[in-house]
Amino acid sequence: MPVNVRIVQGLQEAAEILAADRGARLLGGGTLLVRDINEGVMTEGTLLRALDPVLLAINAGGARIELGAGVTMAMVLANRDLSYLHAPARGIGGPAVRTTATIGGNLFASTPYGDFTTALLALDAVVTLHAGFGGARVMPLEEMLTNRARGGVGLVISVGFNRPAGADAFRFLKVARVRPKGISVLSIAAHLPQNAGRISGARIAYGAMGPTPLRAKAVERVLEGRGLDAATIAAAKTAALEGTQPATDAIASEWYRREVLPVHLGRLLAGETS
Amino acid sequence: MARMPVQFRLNGSDRAVFVEPAETLLGTIRRGLGDFAPKFGCGQGTCGVCTVLVDGEPRLGCLTLSVTCEGRSIETASGLADGPTLHPLQAAFMEHFAAQCGFCTPGMLMAAKALLDRNPDPTRVEVVEAIAGNVCRCTGYEPIINAILAAAQQRGARRA
Repeated sequence: MPVNVRIVQGLQEAAEILAADRGARLLGGGTLLVRDINEGVMTEGTLLRALDPVLLAINAGGARIELGAGVTMAMVLANRDLSYLHAPARGIGGPAVRTTATIGGNLFASTPYGDFTTALLALDAVVTLHAGFGGARVMPLEEMLTNRARGGVGLVISVGFNRPAGADAFRFLKVARVRPKGISVLSIAAHLPQNAGRISGARIAYGAMGPTPLRAKAVERVLEGRGLDAATIAAAKTAALEGTQPATDAIASEWYRREVLPVHLGRLLAGETS
Repeated sequence: MARMPVQFRLNGSDRAVFVEPAETLLGTIRRGLGDFAPKFGCGQGTCGVCTVLVDGEPRLGCLTLSVTCEGRSIETASGLADGPTLHPLQAAFMEHFAAQCGFCTPGMLMAAKALLDRNPDPTRVEVVEAIAGNVCRCTGYEPIINAILAAAQQRGARRA
């Protein structure tokens, strides 16, 4: 049976189809799923396109941000209230990819893709999942990524997170061999709120350093309660690799990723990246 | 699998076609409608030779399903010229030797058109960013960048 496409209006109908058909996949922008069709990776099953406008909703003006799963990278770039997310959004493909690539799709992108999800992870984002009959279930993004690795998530409606503490509190770095557009060797996102010159509630996330984007909890522990000085950065670099499981692929070897991660983490923390 | 009806505008003309459910816009435009300007390159969203405009936005025809284009306006490089009169971008590409083998040219033109329609006076950096998703293996990009900047300058001069 070839690949079928079903177009539905509401989330309830989409959720029912996804629950009943294990071969059904929700279509975001298609930058990953249609590629799978072109390459013969996906030869049968159902692609589901949901037109519910809630998937395109952007609530970015206040302290709490909510972005629909169908919001594209181009929509993020067009929104001035989301300027702190412009670097990770601009890191996704070229302009013609960004007009279609969605936040929801990025949550499911396999390594070394998923740079935007890395940024969301450092912002302590939660995902809202459809829970039937208008209900919703909220889950930390980190937990969703763990579930994704096991194969079961559900229908993601939106992501939510608090606005970063300040203009310099959120930092993002994508390391690629080809500029301005290239697939990640790795990416690093850091949320570094400071209280009286000391970091409080640090969040560091890596992309392409494991099967999914992951938190660098050892680095977070090092940073907590300290000023961002040379000694702290040196200690963070020492702890940088704890918990990572990088892969070898066409972009970089596992060895190379391990070698360069501490260097780039140090530069990001020192504010030396452009 | 039942074929699905889709209607859209292609370079200003209303078109109605039946497509396979998972058929790409590139396949529909080329095989179904006979417009061979957009090319098939990588099929992965990497090379940009299939770039078309959908409602004025650059899209990759190889990664866009035709059924998602219902009611949309599609533009390809075939629709740029006005009869025998080339579009300023096409003329600038000729003038600045921005095409060698020509395989990337239709995608480059549409990426450039998307930029100039949105930003008539781009900087060099903005031009580079606009064509970042389009691969050229012949020119080294410099003639293409210069052609797009020249076309922008020419359009600006016409407006003044």
